[in-house]
Amino acid sequence: MSIFPFIVVAWVLAVGLYGIITSRHLVHQIVCLIVVQSSTYILLLGVGYRTGAVAPYFYDIPPNTPAVDPVVQALALTDVVVEAAVTALLLAFAVQAHKRFGTLDPEELRQLQG
Amino acid sequence: MDSLLPLAVAIPLLGAAGISALTPLFGNRRRVLDAVAILTAAAVTGLLVTIMLSTADGQRVYWFAGFTPSHGVALGIDFAVDQLNSGLAALTATLVTAALMFSWRYFERVASYYHALMLVFLAGMVGFCLTGDVFNLFVWFELMGVAAYALTAYRPEERGPIQGALNFAITNSVGAYFSLSGIGLIYGRTGALNMAQIGQAITGHRPDGLVVVAFVLILMGLLTKASIVPFHFWLADAHAVAPTPVCVLFSGVMVELGLYGIARVYWSMFGAGLGHQGAITAVLLALGTATAVVGALFCFRQRHLKRLLAFSTINHAGLFLIGIALLTPLGLTGAAVYVIGHGLVKAALFLCVGIVLHRLRSVNETTLHGRGRRLPVTGVVFGLAALALADLPPFALYLGAGWIGQSGDARELPWITAVIVTTSVLVGAAVLRVAGGVFYGLGDPPSEEPAMAEEASEESSETDTAKSRTPLSMIVPPIALVALALAVGLLPHLGELAQDGAVRFQDQAAYNATVLAGAHIAHPTALLGPEDTSVTTTDVVTGVGTAVASLVLALMALYWRRLPVLRRGFEPGTGLVGPIRRFQSGVVNDYVTWMVVGLACIGGALAFAIR
Repeated sequence: MSIFPFIVVAWVLAVGLYGIITSRHLVHQIVCLIVVQSSTYILLLGVGYRTGAVAPYFYDIPPNTPAVDPVVQALALTDVVVEAAVTALLLAFAVQAHKRFGTLDPEELRQLQG
Repeated sequence: MDSLLPLAVAIPLLGAAGISALTPLFGNRRRVLDAVAILTAAAVTGLLVTIMLSTADGQRVYWFAGFTPSHGVALGIDFAVDQLNSGLAALTATLVTAALMFSWRYFERVASYYHALMLVFLAGMVGFCLTGDVFNLFVWFELMGVAAYALTAYRPEERGPIQGALNFAITNSVGAYFSLSGIGLIYGRTGALNMAQIGQAITGHRPDGLVVVAFVLILMGLLTKASIVPFHFWLADAHAVAPTPVCVLFSGVMVELGLYGIARVYWSMFGAGLGHQGAITAVLLALGTATAVVGALFCFRQRHLKRLLAFSTINHAGLFLIGIALLTPLGLTGAAVYVIGHGLVKAALFLCVGIVLHRLRSVNETTLHGRGRRLPVTGVVFGLAALALADLPPFALYLGAGWIGQSGDARELPWITAVIVTTSVLVGAAVLRVAGGVFYGLGDPPSEEPAMAEEASEESSETDTAKSRTPLSMIVPPIALVALALAVGLLPHLGELAQDGAVRFQDQAAYNATVLAGAHIAHPTALLGPEDTSVTTTDVVTGVGTAVASLVLALMALYWRRLPVLRRGFEPGTGLVGPIRRFQSGVVNDYVTWMVVGLACIGGALAFAIR
């Protein structure tokens, strides 16, 4: 297994975190959160990858054919579902924030402090 | 009996679905929805207490869809239940029931999704407690997270809840994705998701970098949920704006579930394989101590009642982490009893604040000064709960504090008792100051702080108009919770029972054998040998001393203007913690920055120690 996918994981994670930390727009910030989560998809799929293996559908291939790990694919799918729920909720919050504060800059939301 | 386990999450989920389905039929008759929600939560409480009692003679395991492991390989997902996690789940269900009863009259109008969300939240928390599969742990973590974010923003038409919910959701999601990365890495190493199987796979090898990195990453999400410094910033924001019955659950159990997760992940997966107990103890002790101190200092300077209680929760989360960090049976015993006592008492305190908000329409200590005299019963309950929070015997909390301190002494860390006592005095004094000032009008009327007034003016309309009397359904739950905390403290053989659970929790070999081979282990072997749990005079004296010192400090805080020494050093906004307020900026970007800094520090420290 090559190290390359894991370098991509670290890069995507770092870029996403940098985006969240420096963002001045809530929608941008939420998209950066999705980028952070995308790093987990690559990680999961990278963990289960086998060179030269086929997709894990044993419908018309012999049972002993090397296949990539189907468990991580199920995990990634669950991960996508989680992301859909969290993102939908966060975007709904962003819409409300725009209505109530008149801005989407996280540094301008000054209701809570101390 | 084992087949009852999945019902503990199935019942609340079905209840939530049922309520959503019933809403069109009973839309204008909310009492039906209230009653369904309360009955569902009460049924889950009963079920979990039964399950807890049945685990006394050994762990119980349930495999979903009958996928039992063969030859030590677990393909299915299991619920593995012992005394500690079923006890925590039972506490969760108890508090949800109390919060729903309180909501009966608390909300003038209530959206039907409130009940559904509360039950989904309950299911998420119970599932998190009971599961034995690490990816499943992440899914329950997210489920309770999403329900909690939505409940925080229950009043989306106001500004505070939106900001609080955004901060809460973004920080916790980042933490959760770190955890998921850790889970992915450990799966890559072991090919397993079952905690017992992972533990078995990494035991007996030298821990390499990958295992350490996975451990640290998995801890991230749990530390965030547990509001450990520097991952704690979201907590005060979320507590300040969430509806009061929801705060009960956030403070009472959700934060503690993060700590439970740390303990579970350590003792079921990494404990035996990772080794290096000394380094792990040192890192977790440092985090716990920092959390306890920061929480106590912030708590003492707060005037916003919900924020004050929120920082008190941060302080206690730090103390619980200290108990876990000792890695001894007695330390874990102390943490477990402390969590139960704290959950009950803190829930009662939040419900009393809810009554204050309901009757007097404010949560600002300054403007409320003396106005609580109209609420004599609430005042007594709040005062008792405040004393219990300051470790007054015989409420359960002093036992937890005492055992953690004793275990620290046994490991030659006598300063732990000092940390527990000093921070408890600060927190107890802050809460007693509120009790004296608000409910009994003691002390000089405090001067208004401009920043505080601005925040409190937004303070909200959870209830529409000030009410002239407190309904019975609102005052009975806090009384019952305080009484329960007292009963737990007076329970005979509490120490032995809890330590029995702690020893079982820490026996990783027995856990593996029970989960993977279906063994029945009646007597687990203790890691370090159980310690004496008899209640000593020292415990009682320390507890009483903490409570008395809190009272004295509270009186000094109420009458500080009459003491020239304090007048100079204690001026609000100028004191020791004035500048710290800027860190709690309310900007989520800063919070995530702190999380990354925390990750780097913890990762660096552990990587340095475990080479």
